[in-house]
Amino acid sequence: MKVLVCISNVPDTTSKINFVDENTSFDTNGVQFIINPNDEFGLTRAIWMKQQQSAEVTVVTVGDNSCESTLRKCLAIGADKAIRIDLKPTDGFQVAKQLARICRETNYDIIIAGRESIDYNGAMVPGMLGALLDYNFVTNCVALDVEGENAKASREIDGGIEIISCKLPIIIGAQKGLVEEKDLIIPNMRGIMQARQKPLKVFEPSEDEIKSSILKFEKPIPKGEVKLVPADDIDQLIDLLHNEANVI
Amino acid sequence: MSVIIYAESENGKIKKSAFELASYGREIANEINVPLIAVTFDQQEVEPLGTYGIEKVIKFNGSSISNFTALQYAENIASIAKENEAKIIILSSSANAKYLAPKLSITLSAGYASNVIEPPEKLQPLTVKRSCFTNKAFNICSLSNEVNIIGLSNNSYEIKESPKSIEVIEKNSSFTETTLKVEKVEKASGKVTIADADVVVSGGRGLKGPEHWHLIEDLADTLGAATACSKPVSDMGWRPHSEHVGQTGKPVASNLYIAIGVSGAIQHLAGVNSSKVKVVINNDPEAPFFKAADYGIVGDAFEVIPQLIKKIKEFKNK
Repeated sequence: MKVLVCISNVPDTTSKINFVDENTSFDTNGVQFIINPNDEFGLTRAIWMKQQQSAEVTVVTVGDNSCESTLRKCLAIGADKAIRIDLKPTDGFQVAKQLARICRETNYDIIIAGRESIDYNGAMVPGMLGALLDYNFVTNCVALDVEGENAKASREIDGGIEIISCKLPIIIGAQKGLVEEKDLIIPNMRGIMQARQKPLKVFEPSEDEIKSSILKFEKPIPKGEVKLVPADDIDQLIDLLHNEANVI
Repeated sequence: MSVIIYAESENGKIKKSAFELASYGREIANEINVPLIAVTFDQQEVEPLGTYGIEKVIKFNGSSISNFTALQYAENIASIAKENEAKIIILSSSANAKYLAPKLSITLSAGYASNVIEPPEKLQPLTVKRSCFTNKAFNICSLSNEVNIIGLSNNSYEIKESPKSIEVIEKNSSFTETTLKVEKVEKASGKVTIADADVVVSGGRGLKGPEHWHLIEDLADTLGAATACSKPVSDMGWRPHSEHVGQTGKPVASNLYIAIGVSGAIQHLAGVNSSKVKVVINNDPEAPFFKAADYGIVGDAFEVIPQLIKKIKEFKNK
């Protein structure tokens, strides 16, 4: 069984978000980059398939060489091989198209990508990849079982869960729930040493195509001071919510 | 040419988000002077859509679409878009809409911008503002394609009446053979979901344990609100992770967000930033959430919540 996990290299969740070059690019100064959390839930699930079902796990990212430490971390966590497509992406479609080429070259049974990245939040790469390859696709996936040719997956819907069955190959949009936070694997020294020996191949991008471009970034307008209401004067809060904020 | 919206419904009722899409679409349709069409699935009564500017409704009925499947729905919307030479297709930010949007985009070779929060800045080329970095920033993005899809953030565009008489066309759904089957849908009935809620009541570690969650639930019931929680609360298993709001959980874009015993970590604040009005109740005056809130009470949750429930009930009875 071959599993591919698509990795996005994103700013740490606590990062301060700032922009440079007249607000046209993200300020990476002093920012630590991590595996996109939704991808990491997916990677952990893939490592379980390696441990329990002898799956071979490959990780792939579309990015410049600054992404390599994140890929090495994936290898230290337990992935067998890594691929980097040498292109700094600006658009979700562009990423999906590059990934589709990798998937066509090797027939993966299961492809996992985070349901969305925490930086651009496009929520489109796994679904577009599924459509480009014409594979079954389940996003917001909170449980996955694979037996032979068959997959059973749970999708979180607004207000509940949907249980889906299908044949492989399948593309999964991963999120928390697929594994829990406590299941995430912290690489140990042995893993980190082994990761250095594992293959990390760099591919040139194939024909590049985009469907959107970012003109500039903006930051939210800073919020005004909070209005404090004494704990024994709930009437005042209700009055403010009703007459000033118009929300009740 | 046309502008198309995918109008979602639930339990035979058109969702509020569909009226937001209709109002938003009406503004664009007026500007480029083309008809505004709504596509519905398994929905009998569609007349209310006319109130918000829809001129034509294309209804899909039949057993093959009575349950949502992303593939089937996307293909049907795509066929309507082609027939009517749609320039812009507008979808909501529901779990289902976000599921089918990428497929629709590939089928139509269309551009797709999700989490759009304002009417387009420009229509040639289509230029929209969307939220990114989990609500910590926005980007202005341009889509220079023949056809483009806008995923509109919930609760970001005000519903506006613009009555039209509607033409209703019934269609049979196309059917694509696939091995993907929806085996079961498990849904709590009658519960307000975080995605659709006008008000969300959220609890954090300050509630001290799952046994106190009846307070959050009672307050939510009083307000007709959805319940939510912080990341530590879902990680400790006090509440299901489907209630976790924040950067790695669900985003919240309600009118009113009440956070009780939630300190306000940067990741949590990011997830709830799109809510219009935020109220914080916390016994720690230094809690970072106070800096991000509109209204605050420094006080003990166990004393404040029962008072709040009582006073809201009195207010509602007035």
